[in-house]
Amino acid sequence: MSENNTEKKNISRRGFLAASGGVTFAVAAYAVAPRFGFVESAETVEEVTEQAISAWVRIDTTGRITIYNPSAEMGQGSMTALPLIFAEEMDADWKDVVIEQSPIEPAVYGSVMFGNSRRMITVGSRAVSGYFDSLRIAGAQVRRMLITSAAGEMKVPASELTTEPGAVVHKKSGKRLTFGEIAGTMTVPDAPPNVVPSQLKDPKDFRLIGKEHVPRMDIPSKTDGSAQFAVDVRLPGMVYAVISRSLVHGAKAKLTNESAVAGMKGVLKVVPMNQGIGVIAETIEAALDAKGALKIDWSGGDSKGYNSQEWLSKYAAEAAKTDGGRALENKGDADSAIRHATRKYSADYLNDHVVHAQMEPLNAVVSVAKDGKSAEVWAGSQAPDGARNAAAAVLGISREKVKFNQMYLGGGFGRRSTSDYVEEAAELAKHVDRPLKLMWTREDDITYGMMRPASLQRMEAGVDREGKVVAWKHTIVGTGGGLLTSGSDTQFYSIPNQKIERKDIEHGIRTKHWRAVGHGPNKFAIEAFIDEIAHGENKNPYMLRRELMADFPRAIKVLDTAAEMSGWDKPSKEGRAKGIAFAERSGSLCAGVVELSLEDFRIRVHRIWCALDAGIVVQPDNVRAQSEGSMLMALSTILHESITYKDGAVEQSNFDDYHLLRIDDTPELIDINLIPSTEHPSGVGEAALPFMGGAVSNALFALTGKRFRHMPFTPERVRAVLGETP
Amino acid sequence: MAELRLKVNGKTETVEADPSTHLLWVLREKLGLTGPKYSCGIARCGACMVHVDGKTVPSCNTPVSEVMDGEITTIEGLSRDGEHPVQKAWIEEQVPQCGYCQSGQIMRAAELLATNPNPSREEIFEHMERVVCRCATYYRVVKAINRAAKEGGS
Repeated sequence: MSENNTEKKNISRRGFLAASGGVTFAVAAYAVAPRFGFVESAETVEEVTEQAISAWVRIDTTGRITIYNPSAEMGQGSMTALPLIFAEEMDADWKDVVIEQSPIEPAVYGSVMFGNSRRMITVGSRAVSGYFDSLRIAGAQVRRMLITSAAGEMKVPASELTTEPGAVVHKKSGKRLTFGEIAGTMTVPDAPPNVVPSQLKDPKDFRLIGKEHVPRMDIPSKTDGSAQFAVDVRLPGMVYAVISRSLVHGAKAKLTNESAVAGMKGVLKVVPMNQGIGVIAETIEAALDAKGALKIDWSGGDSKGYNSQEWLSKYAAEAAKTDGGRALENKGDADSAIRHATRKYSADYLNDHVVHAQMEPLNAVVSVAKDGKSAEVWAGSQAPDGARNAAAAVLGISREKVKFNQMYLGGGFGRRSTSDYVEEAAELAKHVDRPLKLMWTREDDITYGMMRPASLQRMEAGVDREGKVVAWKHTIVGTGGGLLTSGSDTQFYSIPNQKIERKDIEHGIRTKHWRAVGHGPNKFAIEAFIDEIAHGENKNPYMLRRELMADFPRAIKVLDTAAEMSGWDKPSKEGRAKGIAFAERSGSLCAGVVELSLEDFRIRVHRIWCALDAGIVVQPDNVRAQSEGSMLMALSTILHESITYKDGAVEQSNFDDYHLLRIDDTPELIDINLIPSTEHPSGVGEAALPFMGGAVSNALFALTGKRFRHMPFTPERVRAVLGETP
Repeated sequence: MAELRLKVNGKTETVEADPSTHLLWVLREKLGLTGPKYSCGIARCGACMVHVDGKTVPSCNTPVSEVMDGEITTIEGLSRDGEHPVQKAWIEEQVPQCGYCQSGQIMRAAELLATNPNPSREEIFEHMERVVCRCATYYRVVKAINRAAKEGGS
């Protein structure tokens, strides 16, 4: 980036920040083609005048419309979807739109969540649902301002004006002003005009939302190597850092060969840290060599003694204890109703730990100013305001003095909503007066990972004489507290007596939200158990669900659609079988049918049919992509993924012993039906994940007559369930 | 450290590096070719794939000394302006999600189609199994390879 361009960018930024206060506007000489993230194209376009119309948009005199994206782009497509919502109401011509990452200003660009606070955090599939209303209003306000300005220019009443994509038109006279023409002369009012929801477009008039022809803006750069992730940032004089962290979480490090490592070629600093020993070096290779040479005595550790597979076998005893549970739902009297039930059912379901294993290992770049009073951070974060604040705290400076550059995230899945890696980079950057890039190796990422909890789900149910499910108990046992809870409720199954509780066992390990959080394990247990009840009651598992959902027509529609798509009533061809399941997540309803076979003891999924009701769908093709990815990422955990601990340390360390799904597990067909809706959008980044565990388990039962209750269903476990000795 | 000469994307480059340095770090940190990615470091995920004389090589554990006689091509050099049939098909099918592995996917797919212009599903699996995608974009990877095979031409 040339100095000249830097200065222009700063002019634009100052002007913009003024505009974000809602009181003024800026005319900026903006001559850099902006790109997402840090690297900007050096191509200089002609000098144009650009106007910040609101905090969300700038328009230049050539008609280019720059809309800010406030969310993290980690592959889920919100970077395109959010500006698209704004552009819809603004009536921008999408081909004129450029998307730029918004500044980290939660008061302006945050979305309201967790009470009343505005946060910039991309989690829980909430980007589109959380911003949908506010971005529509903001877009409509800009459209109104453009109309008002054009009315003055054309000397006609604003009420006679309307918009077409990219222009204000006066139908009577045929006069027409493009947004770019208006931007050159308009005066932005002190306060935005008032727009109420009833003045927004009727969904039937949407030109962009819900249309098939709008591709994601980030994709071209992800096919030619130009997309910039934090790991790609290179700064003049930059040094590299890695950390040797304890395999047992919380153990303390004592370095026994400091001088030998400090004397290695290219090594600049050896830094004792809470979580281990950091090494700073001139090159990444030197840093990695030094890390390999560290001789560390580890002592203590919070997770010492934790053996995960042993504990899993003890969880059943924990579930049986009558005390120590935290009630999550208590409706009617489930215990009594089960005691008095005509038929009783019970089963335990288990799942191993899994780790995010996002393809881009964690990393961050921090550059502290020479005087130590300001800093710049480059990272891919699901919570950029939190990450910026954390870096500021570590550096002992105010958050306003930290410029945070949001980069593309090479996968998030919940791992990047915490800021540990940014804090580590900031801590190490204090030790050098050069920019520093902290890198985690894949081994760091897995051995020091933050896991989805391993858990046991004890399911119990009672059925009355008429075959009605009258009682339901679900006891979750595991480590990770609230992470275990999500998805344990059965809000679309009407069962009068319900008791859901959680029993927390502390193992001292690091746990974290993992895509769809508790929904993966909980819906696996719920949906497989419903299937067991149906079998016991001689009911079609599809029809039993339908019966339980009687009060929820939207859920029934989703279930019926999936059943119909799959030809549920028709048997699969010889050697194959189908399983059905339903799950809601982040407000979206999803049902699916999986068809599979066994090849020796390896599960082969052939076809998946999925029906999804996510309310208004902003980008249908992207929702299908998210659903395909969710189903296959789920399949990865169902077939392959298992993190185990031995004496407090993770036993896996890289992709040779932690197996992720590969292309040869791809089904022949993934058919997705998006249910048309005019309801408020709900989340789509995880919605198609939770039903999969149950659907696969149920299909395996249909195929083999055996229940599969412990994920992952590796070939060894399949063999064991089928009672075949090797 | 030694002065090494490499042929990368049609240009001869001179870099200061230890001959045992892995090619990935030379490409990324010395030459600024950040398309190939670090992800596993043990040649098990394929995010670092580059072509050496048209064959994919995992650059993360290939010492630079082993490829000094070869023509190295990274995703940045696969085509001008991203017009390789595989890149075009990748956009048409909207394959990438987070995008981190996609350079590796594309380089591997380009190699496949160069040697087998009309691969079967099994041949696609066999060849592409080397590259992991955590977003699990595989369904579209298959579609895009089929599309590139059909529309690729020369």
